[in-house]
Amino acid sequence: MIERRPIADFVGHLILIVTVLIVAFPIYLAVIAASHDLAGISQVPMPLLPGSEFFTNMANALLEGPKIVGVGRGTSALLLMSNSLIMAISIAVGKIIISLLSAFAIVYFRFPLRTFFFWMIFITLMLPVEVRIIPTFKVVADLGLLDTYTGLVLPLIASATATFLFRQFFMTVPDELVEAARIDGAGPMRFFWDVLVPLSRTSIAAMFVIQFIYGWNQYLWPLLIAAAPEYQTIVLAIGRLMRAPDAYEEWPLIMAMAVLALLPPVVVVVLMQRWFVKGLVETEK
Amino acid sequence: MAKVTLKGVKKSYGQVKAIHGVDMEIQDGEFIVIVGPSGCGKSTLLRMIAGLEAITEGTISIGDRVVNDIEPRDRDIAMVFQNYALYPHMSVYENMSYGLRIRGMSKSDIEKRVQRAAEILQLQPYLQRKPRELSGGQRQRVAMGRAIVREPSVFLFDEPLSNLDAKLRVQMRLEIKRLHQQLGVTSIYVTHDQVEAMTLADRLVVMNLGRADQIGAPHEVYARPATTYVGGFIGSPAMNFLSCRVENGSGGPRAVLSDGTALALPTAWSVPPGEYTLGIRPEHLRTARPGETPHLMLEVDVAEELGADTLLHGKIAGEELVARVPSYAGYHDHSKPGLITDITLAHLFDKESGLRIAV
Ligand SMILES: Nc1ncnc2c1ncn2[C@@H]1O[C@H](COP(=O)(O)OP(=O)(O)OP(=O)(O)O)[C@@H](O)[C@H]1O
Ligand SMILES: [Mg+2]
Repeated sequence: MIERRPIADFVGHLILIVTVLIVAFPIYLAVIAASHDLAGISQVPMPLLPGSEFFTNMANALLEGPKIVGVGRGTSALLLMSNSLIMAISIAVGKIIISLLSAFAIVYFRFPLRTFFFWMIFITLMLPVEVRIIPTFKVVADLGLLDTYTGLVLPLIASATATFLFRQFFMTVPDELVEAARIDGAGPMRFFWDVLVPLSRTSIAAMFVIQFIYGWNQYLWPLLIAAAPEYQTIVLAIGRLMRAPDAYEEWPLIMAMAVLALLPPVVVVVLMQRWFVKGLVETEK
Repeated sequence: MAKVTLKGVKKSYGQVKAIHGVDMEIQDGEFIVIVGPSGCGKSTLLRMIAGLEAITEGTISIGDRVVNDIEPRDRDIAMVFQNYALYPHMSVYENMSYGLRIRGMSKSDIEKRVQRAAEILQLQPYLQRKPRELSGGQRQRVAMGRAIVREPSVFLFDEPLSNLDAKLRVQMRLEIKRLHQQLGVTSIYVTHDQVEAMTLADRLVVMNLGRADQIGAPHEVYARPATTYVGGFIGSPAMNFLSCRVENGSGGPRAVLSDGTALALPTAWSVPPGEYTLGIRPEHLRTARPGETPHLMLEVDVAEELGADTLLHGKIAGEELVARVPSYAGYHDHSKPGLITDITLAHLFDKESGLRIAV
């Protein structure tokens, strides 16, 4: 919009600022709590300015957090974080690969029962993990995949949403581009790698962000699959920490771990945001 | 380089018949233009030659090979698309070399070919740019460059200039003509623009509703249109058609229009009496000089001044007619000039089938 409407601008900004404050305040509180020692944080009212213990708490949380609080047989937060990272990245990458390939098949190939498969994928949209969790658990358990990364990741990889997004995108790619590639001698997979994937990279970046956060925030599934502490994730551990007997003794530490758990998604969003903007500025079609 | 032969080529999309059987033989090095109105099947025919569309019936050969079941990449052709179809994420250099890279050609050979094509098309300064950083005309040239580096035996063009503005179109038309003279590669060019068709073609294929109405050199198609359709399509403004009855009187054959006006036909014409369509081009009509007896009286309703010429639109015997006369003749709306025509340049067509009558 080019018009200047000072009042509307003011109201708009006011709403945005208030909303940001509401959303950001709890996170701010967590950061503040992570920067005090127990005495500092136990004051009434709770301090709203940072204390001096931030880095000590973070280091403690990272190296010994669960052990100090006494959960998860003392697995280090570093291991939990790396588990979360493995899970989130595998889910995001796996979903992207599978969805790219299935969207490619649906859009570019005529095969028997094509519409049937399309609708099957569509229907799974209505079945989130929680709905199919018992049969899925049974299958994973029967395959002996409990307490493995495969068990954590594999059942979450199929993605109707991403398939749809890529399908939508592929359908906007002009037919002539496919034909030009055919004349140039590119087979289907060559076309996929050399043309479709590079053209989809902004959609891929968007999908990566969304699916990474989805994978990172998984709670119920790792709770069922990962009984052994070595395979648990940070999000799972935070749930346990809150309910630990000593939780109130170690509040700054727990908050430090919560902040740690927040960081990777933030980093991913911040890094990928540059890609979005790039993708928006240079429209390639 | 190769000749291209089409034998009884047909195409149906389910029940819909798009091409009803086309036969033609394209000589090695010839520039063929397929022209016709929208939806007549030009692109379909070209795409069948390219291998992008299956052939329902008939055979297409390139060189001595029947290519019906051969993949596009193995047909030794290159195609230039209407919307260029450049790979948006590749630089100009990568766009032009992609096909060669797939073929596994060595880097140095690719470099040589691309540089040569870039030189011919004056694209050297843009080789590292992405297509979106180029103007329409430059993109068009890249699309041609991509075809040239392949060194194919046949070039296929599907309305390559229709996305350019009028001035650029004229310029690129000339470049394509030069390019063809320089490379001498058999080319098949689809367009609906008759000026492009006339200027580029060694031979023209005029298509109408999935059939090739006439195949011939541009001047021949202009001078001896095979059907009323071709007569009306080639030439601007379009040929005038008047229904007439041919009678053989004492002074030789005459064409009598519905209002009784009689036009003496050349005595050499031997036409059986009957109902015909008489075709007269607007440029073969002129206004009568003082003292001349006009052949036709035109009731002008609109006079369109084009500069050098004026188009007089009006009616004769209840049928629309256009005459192209020099502007200095000074006719205006609602004038009633007498017209003279050189009847030896007129065309006679069968009234029912629209086929040309050989006279
Ligand atoms: N995939 C298809 N399915 C059904 N009919 C088709 C298909 N493609 C083309 N046709 C029909 O075939 C006929 C010829 O189409 P074609 O694209 O060859 O026309 P064209 O002469 O190239 O027209 P234009 O100048 O508008 O490009 C048209 O009547 C069109 O409706
Ligand atoms: Mg077309």
